[in-house]
Amino acid sequence: MGILLAIQGAVSQGVLWGIMALGVYMTYRVLDIADLTVDGSFALGGSICATMITIGVNPWLSLIVAIAAGAAAGAVTGFLHTKCDIPAILAGILTQIGLYSVNLRIMGRSNTPLLKLDTMFKQLVALTGLPAAWVSLIIGTVFCSALIALLYCFFGTEIGSAIRATGSNEHMVRSLGVNTNFTKVLGLMVGNALIALSGALVTQSQGYADIKMGTGAIVIGLASIIIGEVLFSGKKRMAFGTKLFSVILGSVIYRIIVALVLQMGLNTDDLKLLTAILVAVALAVPVAIDKRRQVQSYKASLGKEDDGHAGN
Amino acid sequence: MLEISHVYKTFNRGTVNEKKALTDLNLKLEEEDFVTVIGGNGAGKSTMLNMVAGVYPIDAGKIIIDGTDVSLMPEYKRAHFMGRVFQDPMMGTAAGMEIQENLSMAFRRGKSRGLRWGITKREREQYYEELKRLGLGLEERMSAKVGLLSGGQRQALTLLMATLQKPRLLLLDEHTAALDPRTAKKVLDLTKEIVEEQKLTAIMVTHNMKDAIQIGNRLIMMHDGHIIYDVKGEEKKGLQVSDLLAKFEEASGEEFSNDRMLLS
Repeated sequence: MGILLAIQGAVSQGVLWGIMALGVYMTYRVLDIADLTVDGSFALGGSICATMITIGVNPWLSLIVAIAAGAAAGAVTGFLHTKCDIPAILAGILTQIGLYSVNLRIMGRSNTPLLKLDTMFKQLVALTGLPAAWVSLIIGTVFCSALIALLYCFFGTEIGSAIRATGSNEHMVRSLGVNTNFTKVLGLMVGNALIALSGALVTQSQGYADIKMGTGAIVIGLASIIIGEVLFSGKKRMAFGTKLFSVILGSVIYRIIVALVLQMGLNTDDLKLLTAILVAVALAVPVAIDKRRQVQSYKASLGKEDDGHAGN
Repeated sequence: MLEISHVYKTFNRGTVNEKKALTDLNLKLEEEDFVTVIGGNGAGKSTMLNMVAGVYPIDAGKIIIDGTDVSLMPEYKRAHFMGRVFQDPMMGTAAGMEIQENLSMAFRRGKSRGLRWGITKREREQYYEELKRLGLGLEERMSAKVGLLSGGQRQALTLLMATLQKPRLLLLDEHTAALDPRTAKKVLDLTKEIVEEQKLTAIMVTHNMKDAIQIGNRLIMMHDGHIIYDVKGEEKKGLQVSDLLAKFEEASGEEFSNDRMLLS
């Protein structure tokens, strides 16, 4: 029973964190930029949401403010990267570090509990009488579905296509009249808006915001993306919507893996190391397979040459 | 329609790698001019095209297109005026996107992009017809990723993309140099066909002197960052490769020692 409960909790966490992974997907895969703003913008969404709820603002409204703040954080990284020519990784780190102080300022302390305060989750539990884990799952699923639909449509529009093309061939798209500085900033804004939204939802779901809640979020996001890609690796051509769905699924699987290893007695302190190893291995394996294949095909060509046929 | 006057460009100024790429470059193009550009390595041919396209800012001088001074205009805004095909077939298309998506990006060159659909049904029908005339069977693979195409196919597609919206100016930067002879001829024939049909003004950089003589109505030779020979009309048609070689030696005071140009 313990395991089943743990898995149920993992799934509902997975969908909420999956929105963050979608945000990472926007920059890492769509724009082909490694954006490290993530850790800061996730906590930014959380701190804003928690602080607003404490001062009595409607929890739903706090989500909108969190989204706007995330977009602003993305815009700062985008500005540093495009206008100041700072490498994307460094630009992201600068914003992330800056946000640490900003988040402390917003909350006024390092941890804001929402124990006796109203959250969307508590409202829905009171309304439906369902257990909290179910409500988390329902809210997460609704948000994920809506966001996937919205993003699918957005990236089908002229501007959305221009953002995708920027990630694919920046040079070409500029020669076709697209302001790539604009598309990069916009992509970073969309990505970080999603990440901050996820931070706000996670905060409401767990009942507190913490200054360190975003630490390592980028790696969790990458892990989700990669797990999703491995799950769908059999499919050669994937529609954009399917790719987005695979990210959410990857996030859920990641949480289930985490829940299982914790059940098996892994120390929570070792969790981040485990995640890092997971991502490193997942990134390294395809490269190793590729190299091996290359060597094997070379060896095969040697064999052919002996028969009088040179391999081409 | 295009006026380049007294343009200078130096790369890596003040370092050991300093390279004066353009020195007092002057060129005036008339409507429907089809100019071929030849010259040794480092003569400034590609740099000239890149300066017109706005890839790098110029150090001095003026570039005027259709009466508009574009000297300080960013590359993406100048795209409004021109279609471009590059030497590297990988450069002109987005490998991660579908053939029709690439075309739809080109279809919107010079137009504002909003939240309308990135590609419409009517466009698809148009792309089908346009792709058909390439004769490469690409019209049946419109939703295939461009990364799956060969260099020649990608170059033909780039050419189609550059002219999908009639450009005021077509810039071709050694666009057949990376292709095998048969594919190169096909892409070159297609270029001539499109330029004639749409009555385009075009500049084509080439290393092939025969092509440079046969194609277009005007030929310029560059050396050390400026134009040393400019010939058009009947005089150009009567040129021989040997004339060009002699001209080069006379104007530059050195021998033409570029194997690639001699052998082609």
